[in-house]
Order: sequence, then C-alpha cells, then structure tokens
Amino acid sequence: MSVLLIAEHNNKEVKPFTYNAITAASQIDQDLHVLVIGLNADEVAKSISQVPNVKKVIQVDNEIYANYIAENFTTAIIKQADKYSHIVCSANTFGKNLMPRVAALLDTSQVSDIIKVISSDTFLRPIYAGNAFATVKSNDPKKCVTIRPTSFDPAPTTGGSAEIVKADAADKTETTQFVKREEIKSDRPELGTARVVVSGGRGMQSGENFKLIQQVADKLNAAIGASRAAVDAGYITNDHQVGQTGKVVVPDLYIAVGISGAIQHLAGMKESKVIVAINKDGEAPIFSVADYGLEADLFEALPQFLSELNKLNTIQK
Amino acid sequence: MKILVAVKRVIDYNVQIRVKEDGSGVVTDNVKMSTNPPDDNAVEEAVKIKEAGKATEIVAITVGEEKAQETVRKALAVGADRGIHVKVDGIIEPLAVSKILQKVVEKEKPDLVFMGKQAIDDDCNQTGQMLAALLNWPQATFASRIEVKEKSLEVTREVDEGLETIEVNVPAIVTCDLRLNEPRYASLPNIMKAKKKQIEQINVSDLGVDTNPRIEQIKVEEPPKRKAGIKVANVEELVQKLKNEAKVI
Ligand SMILES: Cc1cc2nc3c(=O)[nH]c(=O)nc-3n(C[C@H](O)[C@H](O)[C@H](O)COP(=O)(O)OP(=O)(O)OC[C@H]3O[C@@H](n4cnc5c(N)ncnc54)[C@H](O)[C@@H]3O)c2cc1C
Ligand SMILES: Nc1ncnc2c1ncn2[C@@H]1O[C@H](COP(=O)(O)O)[C@@H](O)[C@H]1O
Repeated sequence: MSVLLIAEHNNKEVKPFTYNAITAASQIDQDLHVLVIGLNADEVAKSISQVPNVKKVIQVDNEIYANYIAENFTTAIIKQADKYSHIVCSANTFGKNLMPRVAALLDTSQVSDIIKVISSDTFLRPIYAGNAFATVKSNDPKKCVTIRPTSFDPAPTTGGSAEIVKADAADKTETTQFVKREEIKSDRPELGTARVVVSGGRGMQSGENFKLIQQVADKLNAAIGASRAAVDAGYITNDHQVGQTGKVVVPDLYIAVGISGAIQHLAGMKESKVIVAINKDGEAPIFSVADYGLEADLFEALPQFLSELNKLNTIQK
Repeated sequence: MKILVAVKRVIDYNVQIRVKEDGSGVVTDNVKMSTNPPDDNAVEEAVKIKEAGKATEIVAITVGEEKAQETVRKALAVGADRGIHVKVDGIIEPLAVSKILQKVVEKEKPDLVFMGKQAIDDDCNQTGQMLAALLNWPQATFASRIEVKEKSLEVTREVDEGLETIEVNVPAIVTCDLRLNEPRYASLPNIMKAKKKQIEQINVSDLGVDTNPRIEQIKVEEPPKRKAGIKVANVEELVQKLKNEAKVI
C-alpha cells in the first residue's frame, strides 16, 4: 500500500495546506509519495523532499502545467495512479476541482473533506454543513480522498531527504484555456492559517466600514474574514468568505462582527479555539457558539476595542 | 444550444438538522425539502441564456425518489422546457449520479450541462467534475460569471486566492456558485403552465448503471458541542478576558 499526495503550489512555493495534507496522508500509510505537477517547480520539489514523512517526490514538469488546469493535472495523476492504493489532496478549491475528475476515471467513489483518519479505509467527515459527522468506510480498491487541512497539523518542513524522480507529462487538453487569475495580494497572514481572524458581516453596512475591521486586524496581526452576505453585498472580495461554501478556518481567536451566525457561516469557523461575537442583537445565534459575547453596536465597540488594544503593553503576534 | 440542468432535492437550508438516535443518519421525516440552493442558480443561468436568444431548449433532470420530481417541477416553473426524472430509491453516491447523467447526456446530446457546485446535504462537491471526466468534456467549476461565446464559454471561477477565468469549448460542464445570479421566483401563472410541461420518468434499471454504494456509512453522530460561553458587559472586560483568561492576545 502506498499513498500519493498531490501537492498544491504556485511553481515557486509550496502552499501551506500541502503540509497539513501530508500529515493526514501519512496517517493513512507511511509509504507516502508526493506528486509535484508544474512548470519549473524544482524549488517546490526540493522543499517537499525535506519533509520527514515524505518517502519520494515525483516531479512532472512541463509548460502545459504552468497554470492549474484540472483536465491536464488529471491525466498526469492517472499516469501515476497504478502504483498507489490512495490518492489524496487538500479539500480546498484546488483539490475540490481536481480529485473528483481523477476518481471518476479510476471508477472510485471519492471520500470528500475528511477531518480524521480512523484507519486506511475508514474516515470521519462532516455532512450537512458540519451539523452531523459521518464515519464512512470506502470499499473501493483504490481510494480517492480529500482532506480538510485545518483538521490536521502541518508536517515539519525540515529534516527529511526524500529522492526526487522525474516523470513524463501527459497529453494536453485542447478544450480548456487559462485566461487570467485575479489574486488579491495582501501583507496580512493567510486566512486559512492565521492565528487570529477578524470577520465582518452584513452589519458592517459598507465596504468603507471594513476599515474598522482592518484596524483591529492590523493590531492583532490577523487575517480578515467575512460572511457570504458581506461578500455578496460587495463589501469585500470572495476570497475572504468563511463558511460551508467558503473557507474553513480554525484560528486561536475568531472575532465575528455584525455576523448573525447562520449555520452555513458556523460551518466555517465553529472549531476555532476562542470565539468572540460582537452583535447588537442579543438573540443572534452567533452568541450560542461564542466564548465571549458582546452585545453592542459595532460602530461604538470596534473603535473602543482598538483603543483598549492600544493600551496593552504587549500583544501576541 | 441545448442545456441540461441537474437539480437535487435536499433538506431545506433553513432546517435545523437533527441526527437520528440510532446513528443511521439524519431525520428526514416531516422535514421541509427544497432544491439544492446552487442548483437554482444553475437553472436561472440557463433561463437567462435562453432569454438572451443563445439557447433553444432547457431540460431539467433529477435523480432520486418519486418526490424528487418536485425539484424538476420547480425548474419548469421558472423556465425549463421539459423534465427528466430518473427514479432510484435510497442513498446514491455522486459517482453513480454522474454515471446516470452520462447516459442521459449521451441520449439527449446537450451542449452544456449546468449543475450546482455542491449539494448541501452530503457536501461532496464531486458530481459535476465526475460527469466531465466520464464524458471527457472540459469542466468549469465554482462559476460566478458565465459569458456565452460562439463555440465556447468564458467562465470566472471562485477560487481560494480570488478569481480565475478560463475558457472552455462547448460541450462543457459548469458547476455554479451562489453568486452567479439571483434566482427568480416562479409566478403563479408559470407554476400553472409548468404543470402541463412533460416530465419523462426513467427507471434507473433501464439505464444499466450500477448504483450500489461503494462507501459504507458506518455511523452518523452529532458533532461535539461547544461549551457555553459568557456575555461580557463591555469592551474593557472583553479585552481583559482575552488577555488574562483565554490568553489569546
Ligand atoms: C447553500 C448556502 C451556502 C451558504 N454558504 C455560506 C457561507 O459559506 N458563509 C456564510 O457566511 N454564509 C453562507 N450562506 C449564507 C447564510 O445563510 C447567511 O445568509 C449569511 O451567513 C448571513 O450573513 P450575515 O450574518 O453577515 O448577515 P445577517 O444574517 O443579515 O446578519 C447581520 C448581523 O449583523 C448585526 N448587526 C447589524 N448592525 C449592527 C451593528 N451596528 N452593530 C452590531 N451588530 C449589527 C445584526 O444584528 C445581524 O445579526 C449560505 C447560504 C446558503 C443557502
Ligand atoms: N441526485 C441528483 N440529482 C440531480 N442532480 C444531482 C444529484 N446529485 C448531485 N447532483 C448535481 O450535482 C451537484 C453537486 O452535488 P455533490 O457532488 O453531491 O455535492 C448538485 O448541485 C446537483 O446539481
């Protein structure tokens, strides 16, 4: 039995969640190989070879992999699939787009978004926006699994020295063309891995008012999150959305401001270690998951919060 | 252009989910059911494309028990022309649904298949990508904008880093995000008219697809509950608690 993990990267750097997925994959089986599909991604292959849990890195390097096109990645994975009992990757938009295409070609029923490895064929996964947990056993000879990265600690990034082998590219698709990518660059920590997240909802009333969130986030070295309603209203871009159909975050501290706490939002943040809710409606469901609830108008509370933070001698970063 | 739209019947998104005590699943008796929300966006987009004169026929399809027809009926009421109900009882996995859809696509020969990006019951996010693989068609997942061109679609996709735009040749599979559009409500006259539209019923056994589950559901349980928190009186107390009690700032 061997496990093949599909690395997520941007040809220069490994995406942090790949390390969380490595932890989960090595719990499935110790013989873990990582597939790096890309263009000029030598640095990525090298970084991954240094992860102690990784036994082998397979690098497929070709210009057809300059951009991430699921059709092209799928055929490259299928070429390697024979030798493996499990094919795994992170359950983020990268893996969600890719893995089912692989699974269907292998005639395998995919297990999506696992939060725990119970044994090599049995996994725990949330269903119904996390309102129920299902223990599922895959009876397919070859298993395709996506991993909820925030449910696993990242693997150590140094100490290993796996061999790196090159493998051939597969055929290029003629039917899908990459056009462009609009990435929002920011100096803040990434939402998925930040220690602190400050999120705003429809209660913020405008994009302009998100300044209040930014100021607090700056002070706490936090990432900024949002509810779907705030994104839909155009207050902030889609990459900030937390929830069932957005990102899952598990920070040490999650501060929900002007967010009512619909189950679809809770699905993305209720595993956070400490939750703070600031809402003027004392009955808002967000208070049912909050460790510290402040019933207040956010337009008064956020400036006060900032000035209280300013009074502190030290703030954890 | 002909568009096939896949709609799934699920527990309504507003319902508080309850887990059965025997661990066999969640309570579905006497629970409000609706169309899976992003599937409404898929129907809406197809109707808009037809209204713009770029599509000729919209066929709505569902796979499920007898009552799943309601979702097709709803699609007919907002503008789909005809419906297909593939009847199958019990749990059916995305892989089996995609094989069923593949058979129907081979017969119906649509140019596009629109689906939701994720069913909110199983949260699988698989069926569209699987269907694309089985048909060897291009896929445009998590779409929040679609532009129909001569023989292709330009699709903006919601990805973790922001937005990505790709162009896919037709025929293609598109899975829709909730931000793609604002689904319309069916008017009463259109609901009446929809009653006359045809829904073809197909028995899954006639399609020759193996729908046996490959995944055993061993048990379904409630997630661990968070312990109750407290309300703080003011911002000073909040900051003090975060600093000295929770020790997170
Ligand atoms: C299939 C599906 C998937 C979904 N996926 C997601 C998802 O991934 N993420 C997500 O977030 N949502 C998701 N939603 C939407 C979700 O159901 C809610 O509609 C959404 O989370 C509500 O956002 P909100 O809390 O910001 O807005 P509202 O529910 O409108 O709440 C606003 C809150 O702000 C408070 N408020 C207003 N003014 C002030 C003030 N001055 N001071 C303090 N408080 C104030 C109000 O009391 C209220 O509680 C999904 C829905 C569906 C159907
Ligand atoms: N039983 C079904 N009948 C019709 N469409 C379905 C069915 N199951 C899944 N789909 C479609 O596939 C999408 C993704 O579902 P899933 O892969 O289960 O998350 C849904 O939004 C539907 O458009």
